[in-house]
Amino acid sequence: MTLSTFYFLVQQTMFYSIPLLIVALGGMYSERSGVVNIALEGTMVIGAFVSLYFMNQMQSTMSGQLLLVLSMLIAAATGMLLSLFHAYASINMKANQVISGTALNLFAPAFAIFTARMLIGVQQVTFMNTYRIPLVPYLSDIPVLGDLFFKNTYITTFVGFGILIIATFVLYKTRFGLRLRACGEHPQAADAAGVNVKKMRYIGVLISGALAGLGGLVLMVPVTTAFDGQVGGYGFLALAVLIFGQWRPGRILFAAFFFGLMKTISAAYTGIPILLALGIPSYMFKMIPYLATIIILTFTSKKSAAPRAAGEPYDAGKR
Amino acid sequence: MNVKKLLNNRSFKSVSASIIAILFGLLIGYIILLISNPAQATRGFIIILNGGFNGGLRGVGNTLHNAMPIILTGLSVGFAFKTGLFNIGASGQFILGAFAAIYIGVKWTFIPVGYLWIVALIGAMIAGGIWGAIVGVLKAFRNVNEVITSIMLNYVGMYLVNFLVVSTVFDLTRNQSLSPLNAYLPRGGLDVLFPLSSANIGIIIAIVIAVIMYIILEKTTFGFELKAVGYNREASRYAGINEKKSIIFSMMIAGALAGLGGGLLYLSDIGKHIEVVDILAAEGFNGIPVALLGLSNPIGIIFSGLFVGHMNMGGFYIQRLRFVPEVINMMISIIIYFSALSLAFKSFIENLSKKLGGRTK
Repeated sequence: MTLSTFYFLVQQTMFYSIPLLIVALGGMYSERSGVVNIALEGTMVIGAFVSLYFMNQMQSTMSGQLLLVLSMLIAAATGMLLSLFHAYASINMKANQVISGTALNLFAPAFAIFTARMLIGVQQVTFMNTYRIPLVPYLSDIPVLGDLFFKNTYITTFVGFGILIIATFVLYKTRFGLRLRACGEHPQAADAAGVNVKKMRYIGVLISGALAGLGGLVLMVPVTTAFDGQVGGYGFLALAVLIFGQWRPGRILFAAFFFGLMKTISAAYTGIPILLALGIPSYMFKMIPYLATIIILTFTSKKSAAPRAAGEPYDAGKR
Repeated sequence: MNVKKLLNNRSFKSVSASIIAILFGLLIGYIILLISNPAQATRGFIIILNGGFNGGLRGVGNTLHNAMPIILTGLSVGFAFKTGLFNIGASGQFILGAFAAIYIGVKWTFIPVGYLWIVALIGAMIAGGIWGAIVGVLKAFRNVNEVITSIMLNYVGMYLVNFLVVSTVFDLTRNQSLSPLNAYLPRGGLDVLFPLSSANIGIIIAIVIAVIMYIILEKTTFGFELKAVGYNREASRYAGINEKKSIIFSMMIAGALAGLGGGLLYLSDIGKHIEVVDILAAEGFNGIPVALLGLSNPIGIIFSGLFVGHMNMGGFYIQRLRFVPEVINMMISIIIYFSALSLAFKSFIENLSKKLGGRTK
C-alpha cells in the first residue's frame, strides 16, 4: 500500500467514524441516565433534513464555515426537539421505550420526504459542499500527522473530538455526571439521595437527541451533496458502537473508528488497489460493516456492562 | 353495572386504548393535511378514511392484497413480542423468503406447475426461518442483543439477495428478478369477488396462518412455554423449560412467517419483482406497527393488517390531490406513539370505571 493510499484511507475513515462517535456518545448519555433510545436513527434523519434544508435555502446568500456552524446548531436543536417526544413518553408516561423509539424512527423519514416534496417539490434536498478544508494552516505541515488529520478535513472532525473530550469530562469528573450515571444504575438510590431522577433522564435523552441530530448532518456533509430522507442504518450502527464500546467514551472512540474503517472499506474499496484486485463482488464489500458488527458483538456481548436500569421506567415505589 | 364490568375487562381496555391512539393519529394527520394544503385537506382526509373503497370492489381487493404481506410480517413481529423478543429484522427475513420463492419458481421446473407455488412457499418459509434463527442462536448462546443483530441482518440480507438475484435469476434489461411464471399463486376465486384487483389466495393463506398462530400460542404447551420464557426467563428455566431452545424456535418461527410474507407477495402475477437497489423491504418495517396495533394477538393482527392496508390504499388515492403518500406513514407512526402512551389511556379508563363504580354504590 502506498503512503498516499494510506492517507486517503484515514481521511475517509474520519468521515464515517466521526458521526458514529458523536451519535454513540449521545446514546451513551441517554442510556447511562436509564433511557434506551433506539430513535437515534430517526433523530439523525430529522437533524440532517432540517439543517440541510436550511443550507439549501441559505447557500446563495451565505457560504463557508459560518453556514456550516449554523447548520450544525440547527441540526442539534432539531434533534433535541424530536427527542423531547421520546423523553416525555419514556419518562413521564412510563411508556415502552422501544415502541416509542420505533414510532419516531418511522416518523422521521416520512416527515422528511413529505416536507421536502411539499416545500421544494422533490424528495432530495441538495446542497453545495463548500466546507472542505484542503490544508489547515501550519498544522498541515507536521510530517505524517499533518497528512493524516489536517488535510482534506472538515471542522466537523474537530467538533467530534471536542465533543468526546467534553463528554468524557462531564460524565466522569462532574457532580452532574455522577448523578446521571447513578440514575442509570440505581435510580431508587439516586432518588433517596436527593437526585431528581426525572430531570436527569430528561437531560440525558435531550443530549442524545442533540448529538444524534448533529451526527446526521456531520455524516451527510463530507460524503454526499443530496439528502434522500435516510441515513442508511447509521443510527443503529451507532447503537452497536455503543454496545461494543461498553457504554464508556474511550472504548466508544475505538469502536467508532473500527466501524468507520469497515464502512470505508465497503464504500471506497475501488480507491484501494489491493482490495480492487481481489475481484470480490461489490455486494460483499457492502455487507462488511454489518457483518463485522454481528461478529464483534458475538464475541463481546457475553459480559455486558449495560447500565442496570436502562430501559426500565422509574418507579419510586420500588425504593 | 354492565358498563363497569366492560370497563374492567382487560382486553376491552387494550382495544379501546388502540382505538383512542388511532383517533389521535387520524386527527393529527388531518392537521398535517390542513397545514400542507388547506383547500384540499378535508377532501384528502375523506379519501384516506375511505382507503380501498375509493376504488370500489377493485380497491377493496387491492386493500386485501396490500394487507397480505404486512399481516405476515406483523405476525412475525407480534409472535416474537409475545415471546419477549423484538424482531425488527422482518425486512431481511421477508426479502430472503421472496428470493427463495422466486428462485424455486423460476428454476425448479421439474416440479409440476400446479404444485410449484406450494414448494416455493415452503422454500420461502425455510429461508426466512434460517435468517430468523441466526438471531435466536446468537441471543440464546452469546447474549447478543436481538435488536442489533436483526437490524444488521436486514442489510446483510438485502445485499445478499441483490447478489443472489444478479447471479441466478436476473433480468438484465430491467435490472430486476425474473418472473416465476410457473409458480404464480392461484386466484382462489377472489378475482370473481373483486374483479380486476390484485387479490389472490395469499390473503386467505395469511388469515389461516394467523388462526394457526393463535392456536399455537393460546392452546398448546409449546406456545405456553414460549410465552413463559417471554415473561420471565429465569422463572421458566427454574420450571424446567429449555429457554435457549425456546428463544431459537421463537425467532425461527418469526423468521418463517416474514419469509412466507415475502414469498406470497413476490409470487403474485401482478408484476412484482425484486429490484436490485440498496433499499430495505418496507413490508418488514410495516409489520411493526401492525403487530403493535394488533396488541401482538394473531387475531388482532388480521384486523390491524387490514387497517394499515386500508390506510395505504388511502395514501395511494390521495396522490390524485397532489398530496404526498408519506403522510400515511406519519399518521401510522403517530398512532404507534400514542399506543406507546396507552398505559396512560388505560389508567384513564381505570379511573373512569372507578368513578362509575362509586356512582353505582
